[in-house]
Amino acid sequence: MGEVNKRKQPPRWINRLLNWYCKEEYSNEIRGDLMELYDRWLDKGKFKADLKYVLNVILFMRMYNSRLNTDQNSNQIDMFKSYFKLGYRNLLRNKGYSVINISGLTVGMAITMFIGLWIKAELSYNKSIENYTQIAQVLQHKTYNGDTRTQVSIPFPLGEELATKYDSDFKYVVMSDWTYDHILSRGKTRILQKGNFMDVQAPHFLSLEMIKGSRDGLEDPHSILLSESTAKALFGDSDPMGQLIEVDNELSVKVSGVFSEIPANSTFGDIQFIAPWELYVSSYEWVRSAKERQAWDENSYLLYVQVEDLADMTIVSEKIKNVKYDHLNDYEKTFKPEILLHPMSDWYLRSNWENGIQVGGLIQYVWLFGIIGAFVLILACVNFMNLSTARSEKRAKEVGIRKAIGTLKGQLVQQFLCESFVVVLLAFILAIAMVGAVMPYVNNIVDYPIELPLVELDFWLVSIGVILLTGFLAGSYPALYLSSLKPIKALKGTFKAGIAAVVFRRMLVIFQFSVSVLLIIGTIVVLKQIQYSKDRPLGYDKSGMISMELSTSDFEGKYNVLRNELLSSGAIVDMTESSSSMTEVQNTAGGFSWKEKDPNFRTNFSLVFITHDYGNTVGWEMLEGRNFSREFSTDSTAYILNEAAVEYMGIEDPVGQTMKWGRGDHEIIGVVRNMLMESPFKAVTPTIYIMDYDNNTNYITMKLNPNQSIRKSLEQVETVVGKIAPKVPFNPFFVDIAHAKKFAAEERVAKLAGTFSVLAIFISCLGLFGLASFVAEQRTKEIGIRKVLGATILNLWHMLTTEFVLLVLVSCVIASPIAYYGLSRWLESYEYRIDMNGWFFVVAAISALTITLCTVSYQSIRAARMSPAKSLRSE
Amino acid sequence: MKRVTIGEFEELCLLMVGVLHEDAYGVSVKDEIVKRTGRNVTISSIHSTLVRLEKKGLLKSYMGGANEIRGGRAKRIFEMTSAGKQMVTEARELRNQLWTDIPKLVWEK
Repeated sequence: MGEVNKRKQPPRWINRLLNWYCKEEYSNEIRGDLMELYDRWLDKGKFKADLKYVLNVILFMRMYNSRLNTDQNSNQIDMFKSYFKLGYRNLLRNKGYSVINISGLTVGMAITMFIGLWIKAELSYNKSIENYTQIAQVLQHKTYNGDTRTQVSIPFPLGEELATKYDSDFKYVVMSDWTYDHILSRGKTRILQKGNFMDVQAPHFLSLEMIKGSRDGLEDPHSILLSESTAKALFGDSDPMGQLIEVDNELSVKVSGVFSEIPANSTFGDIQFIAPWELYVSSYEWVRSAKERQAWDENSYLLYVQVEDLADMTIVSEKIKNVKYDHLNDYEKTFKPEILLHPMSDWYLRSNWENGIQVGGLIQYVWLFGIIGAFVLILACVNFMNLSTARSEKRAKEVGIRKAIGTLKGQLVQQFLCESFVVVLLAFILAIAMVGAVMPYVNNIVDYPIELPLVELDFWLVSIGVILLTGFLAGSYPALYLSSLKPIKALKGTFKAGIAAVVFRRMLVIFQFSVSVLLIIGTIVVLKQIQYSKDRPLGYDKSGMISMELSTSDFEGKYNVLRNELLSSGAIVDMTESSSSMTEVQNTAGGFSWKEKDPNFRTNFSLVFITHDYGNTVGWEMLEGRNFSREFSTDSTAYILNEAAVEYMGIEDPVGQTMKWGRGDHEIIGVVRNMLMESPFKAVTPTIYIMDYDNNTNYITMKLNPNQSIRKSLEQVETVVGKIAPKVPFNPFFVDIAHAKKFAAEERVAKLAGTFSVLAIFISCLGLFGLASFVAEQRTKEIGIRKVLGATILNLWHMLTTEFVLLVLVSCVIASPIAYYGLSRWLESYEYRIDMNGWFFVVAAISALTITLCTVSYQSIRAARMSPAKSLRSE
Repeated sequence: MKRVTIGEFEELCLLMVGVLHEDAYGVSVKDEIVKRTGRNVTISSIHSTLVRLEKKGLLKSYMGGANEIRGGRAKRIFEMTSAGKQMVTEARELRNQLWTDIPKLVWEK
């Protein structure tokens, strides 16, 4: 034996592992065999032999020699098979209940799936940009009379300042203009595309995927990068590289690269071309002058940065806080401008600011719908629980017999859980089919298409999680409840579901209807709020009005020619040019003064630059004074105010007074009724209308002739515009459509909330329907006896429905305060809003009650009409 | 009763047990297969196959033949049962039959 001890041995732990795993029956011979081989392997060194030994032990870990594989266990597997079979048979036996259970769960799971996919899409917004975590937009807070506002526009010199003095903190500093439509032309091919002028490093910063050329393509100031589709539209299949094109009919640039489309679910998704910032600066007088005079007081540009890989964004943000402030004169300093970084991860979901503090944004909707999705799923689970416990008396005998012949409690729990899993699995399969079928309609509601990711592992992992969760949630109560029945009682037939079970069932019904009523009230309020804002007086007439954006100088000096030709063609009533379209205000300014002004009051007005014919075109209403007139040459310096401006200034008899702005004196010649140009949910801002034919004409707006068809007018306008500015593609938009788009977000919420409440009610009613039929069935004999004794159908109907009506009433009482609190908070985010009204709750309660009565009455009337001879003979 | 069927590797192991008569256990079967076919097989797959064949009733086993290298652990020595013998005989007859039935033309091409 001494010799044996000297032999080299494989590691001990691995033998222990083998002994632990392997049946004793085999472990000895296996170790023997392995030792024999080990002895041979030792020729190649101890390490290699050990390695091979370990490997072979692992290969021996198979089912046939596992300790787990005992006869007792194989029985377990058979039991599971039997449970599933029983579950399946039970489903078939009670077709009605099964349909209710499965359809409820299917709808619930489908909704959860939709919401899950939508949330996933929302959370992955912008994540396609490579340096997502290090990118930020530079914003500034400014304080007006104690009120802090946050804006994206920043002054020109800020970019240079950050790039030079804070060099070590930033990897890229990218100045940019806003994403606008521009005309791209190659010979006779002209297209309108959205694009930006951006700094040289932009392609790196955006992690553009270049199909042709490189990310350094913007180094030549007369170059341009095109998206794949834009290149295709301009050049077809020929090679665009090195070709010349024109931007806005005035800037000649050479194509130096083609990038594949930036993903649609990102902030930069609209960008179809990028031209160099340097070109922008050198081509436009106002930008060049901003650069030359280092205009720290003029906020007209956008600035994006990528911080160094290891830098902490909050620290950098703190560091650059006062960069702008330090460069300002004393007057500008009173606005306390503060520079900050807004991380890309917050752009989409957390973009609302209130008094300089982040106050959420879309993320609130993500949370809201996430919670609703979870609730809808729980509602469906509640149906399952309710129906199973309600039917428990029917199965009590089965449980009794099983227990009597030796079934353990744990096995019964397993059996009932298996049954619930059969249902949940079926529902899941149906839910996937349903989601696939309905997806195209849902994609009409959301911003960008969502897909059912059937090939992604994550999707299946989450799905399995949801299935497990739902299965346990739905099956837990019946499983625990039924498995704890006393066999003697159950077999004797004296078992009646205890009061606790009834109370629990009632609570669940109340929960279901509370959620449903809550959703109904929510839908009503959202719809009302939208309608209220839509009905808000506009102050101008948007019907038959079209606008065109002027991105080029092709119309310069042609105002009168164009207007006269259009008027004589009969296509329009009138035409005007202005700095902002009817659905926005692009300019704001401060520094105004007037006679009675408090010197500490920091003014901030919206400015709209217009031509003489503006009033006539848009149909505004003069309250005091007069419109701009060609008869008074002094009108070129005159102001027209809106009501809000007069109120803001706090003056009486404004007409005839003088306002100072910079060095100029301006007479107020008129006051117009407020025109709603910005958000329909906010108050109208104090606005000054100023005459300007030269510098600030960004839009042409026309009122089409109402006496002929819109199509005919459009054709005529197109002909005239084509004659006067042949190089400009005719691309007008309707003002009423632009206005309607402002409600898109709210309308989406309304649609979703409406859909969810309909489905929640559907699920709840399914459950109620099942319960009602159960109650009616259970009381068959009682109903028969009552009928024999003279009860009318109405009496019986009353008896059978009262309970459910009461439950729904209680739900309304519970839901109302929650709804009141939540919706009041939601409404607070709108300046222009409806007040909470008692009627909302009454309407919701009445509709919930009506639906309940319809659902329950079907069953109860059927039961009540049954002939007593039949019902008394049953059982 | 279910008809017992065996796969190619099972047949190979079965035959090896016959070849190794009275010395057929895991390592020796492995060595024989490596020697005769050049296939590199692991001891674990041999063992699981032999155990499976035993469950199918084609092999039986007894313990014996411990030695020093094995750390005094016994071998499980396998031998064919009559069912096993019948199985390989049938398989052989079937093959012979098929061989004779292949038309000569096939070989002449």
